[in-house]
Amino acid sequence: MNFARWPLVLTGIALAVLVAASFLTLDLHLTTLLAPASLAAMGRYAAEFLAPDLSPAFVGRLARAALETLAMSVLGTVIAAVLAAALCLPAARFAGRPPARWRVPARLLFNVLRAIPELVWASLLLVAAGLGPMSGTLALALHTAGVFGRLFAEAFENAPQGPAQALRVQGNRESLVLLYATLPQLGPQLLSYVLYRWENNIRAAAILGVVGAGGLGQMLAFHLGLFQNGRAASVIGAMVLLVYGVDLASYAIRRTMVRQH
Amino acid sequence: MTGPTQAVAPAAGLSLDLRAIALSRGERGGRRNILQSVDLIVAPGEQIAIVGASGAGKTSLLQIAAGALRADSGTLRLGGESFWQLPPRGRQRVRRALFLAPQVPPLPPRQRVVTAVLAARLPSLGFWRGLSSLLFPADLGAVRAALEPFGLASRIFDRVDRLSGGERQRVGLARALVAPARIWLLDEPLAALDPVHGEQVLALLCSEARRRGVTLLVSLHQAELAQRHFSRLVGLRAGRLAFDQGPDSIGAAQWTALYDVPPHNGLAASNGAA
Amino acid sequence: MRWIWLVLGMALLWPLLSVTEFAPWKMLEPRSLHASARFLAGFVPPATDSGFLVQVALGAWQTIAIATSGTVLALFLAVPLALCASASLSISSLTGRMAPLPFAVRQGLRGAMVALRTVPELVWALLLVRVVGLGPTAGVLAIGLTYGGMLGKVYAEILESADSHAARTLLANGSGRLQAFTHGLLPEAAAELTSYTVYRWECAIRSSVVLGFVGAGGLGQEMDNAVKMLAGGEVMTMLIVFVALVAGADGLSAWLRRVMQ
Repeated sequence: MNFARWPLVLTGIALAVLVAASFLTLDLHLTTLLAPASLAAMGRYAAEFLAPDLSPAFVGRLARAALETLAMSVLGTVIAAVLAAALCLPAARFAGRPPARWRVPARLLFNVLRAIPELVWASLLLVAAGLGPMSGTLALALHTAGVFGRLFAEAFENAPQGPAQALRVQGNRESLVLLYATLPQLGPQLLSYVLYRWENNIRAAAILGVVGAGGLGQMLAFHLGLFQNGRAASVIGAMVLLVYGVDLASYAIRRTMVRQH
Repeated sequence: MTGPTQAVAPAAGLSLDLRAIALSRGERGGRRNILQSVDLIVAPGEQIAIVGASGAGKTSLLQIAAGALRADSGTLRLGGESFWQLPPRGRQRVRRALFLAPQVPPLPPRQRVVTAVLAARLPSLGFWRGLSSLLFPADLGAVRAALEPFGLASRIFDRVDRLSGGERQRVGLARALVAPARIWLLDEPLAALDPVHGEQVLALLCSEARRRGVTLLVSLHQAELAQRHFSRLVGLRAGRLAFDQGPDSIGAAQWTALYDVPPHNGLAASNGAA
Repeated sequence: MRWIWLVLGMALLWPLLSVTEFAPWKMLEPRSLHASARFLAGFVPPATDSGFLVQVALGAWQTIAIATSGTVLALFLAVPLALCASASLSISSLTGRMAPLPFAVRQGLRGAMVALRTVPELVWALLLVRVVGLGPTAGVLAIGLTYGGMLGKVYAEILESADSHAARTLLANGSGRLQAFTHGLLPEAAAELTSYTVYRWECAIRSSVVLGFVGAGGLGQEMDNAVKMLAGGEVMTMLIVFVALVAGADGLSAWLRRVMQ
């Protein structure tokens, strides 16, 4: 037997064991799911969604919820960007200077913020901020700040340091160095990160409401709970449209930015 | 002749005192000595030119003098204060009186000339005015007056990346005229300028510095210009001081020696037979 | 020009803040502050009694199991979809442009994958919970469906960008499509395919925790319960376990991908 292949073979066996253990311990009843009776029941359930509620009054409520979700995603992303840029100042390591005292704690903070999913943040924040879109906005802001923190710090460290060093020689504080030397060079790149992340955040904002953080998610949970599946279908449709719209907008803005240079 | 307004009337130029400065850098094959036992004492308001071949250590010397780079050994005193002994706050305070113009103009490409020049004024603007100047530039008059002698007043609202190399270099130098600095350290300020403009700019910088009483250190590789505009020349050769005297007293042999540098300067010690 | 951006920005900020009911000062009101303070105080020390820890360990395993089973199900969906949708195995395009019917079929399959992907997995989980009941089955199916779409799309792209010369030669000489795939495309694309799959498995672990918040079992469901009971210590322990789990999965996935190179 070819000894070089052992790691691969062992890995394969371990994976097989993992997969088998997963299915066995979960008690999934997949076979009962595929029984004709349950398939028929699922079919009936699915059919209820094929008649979405499109009455003007309801569509109006949908539009308002969609606007709330959109606002949540925009505000959350913007707050995250500002927060991350501010916290990044101590977190980035600049050539020729000893690493700042706060670099490790700042990096740790970003990792923690990023590791906890938006939905988990939202459910934690509900205690402090109550039901409604504010919890969702803050949850998005916190999680995204972690994501941006790492991206921005790397961007700051890799930016050409000439202008920044010239301002530091004159004894300016780091925040002004950031605004006058680093951001003007990195502006388009950071904006493109932010726009790209907005696409992810609109999806997150749409579903955060399911735990009570407002917007389309809250509407969905509400109507599903009342078994009003027609209306639930409309909400899902609105979610898909909203996500598609934001994807388009983000792409369009990024393309105009590229063409400007 | 009225000159550009100043942010703060400098009390006097800052004095510079460098003693036994040494700097080396690790490279493949051993450590390379960039500067070795360099002493340099400059009185307030004095104007000196630092000359030498490329790689002689001129840039490193200026950076060390500006507190931007810390020498491996030796002392730096600015205005009589031992710079690196000061607490961080003290160092920031002293830094506000410095101005260093690197060889490559430190201008963000997409920034407008007005903001790029104004950035040099930040130490005297304070945080909030500095913040608001991003959108509504403060002291526009001072910026215009600084660009005027360089012939760039009409380009004040243009983007830096629309300027030619020579124009960018001049903008980098115009920053000195708005900075609240008491010492100017200019690294190869004429590198991107043609000889005629170069001489004009040099003359302008010297006269402005003299008018304000600002101490001036300029590194040049154009020996002739240095001889004509400065009364004290400091020669650097392979990281060591070759001479420090008035231009008339420097002989032709010293000049040739300055630019005739053996390869791999400084590596000889670790490389045995070079 | 600067004026316009500034005014526009300010003009948009006000409605953003009001639509999201963004009023952070409300969190500092006595009642709210009291509740948050008590909740936060409960976080330290994290709960460590053995009965609870066993529960958490089981929850963590369940999460891994849900992620693994979900990914395997996704494979069952993604592999056939990708094989059929990939243009590299097209027989009609061997001699010029693809014929219209195969093209339409391929586009249709692509559309199906997009549809699976666009509906957020949390929404799938919400719906499935009502069909199959609370518990891991809903989570596994939700992950299976959405990830089936995601994996299918990326697999198809990988197959199309791989060098298809060997595969096309086999097809031209009359071999079946499956054989062309296993002997022509798979050797080329195997590394990339497995690398992406492992990455997606890691994402699935995070997803399955999030899905737990709507009743799909695992660590997420336990966390949801603990938050609703304001049991800060338990939430803290579970957060730590979650972060460790994700970090472990991240490390494992990186190691696996290296072994497979």
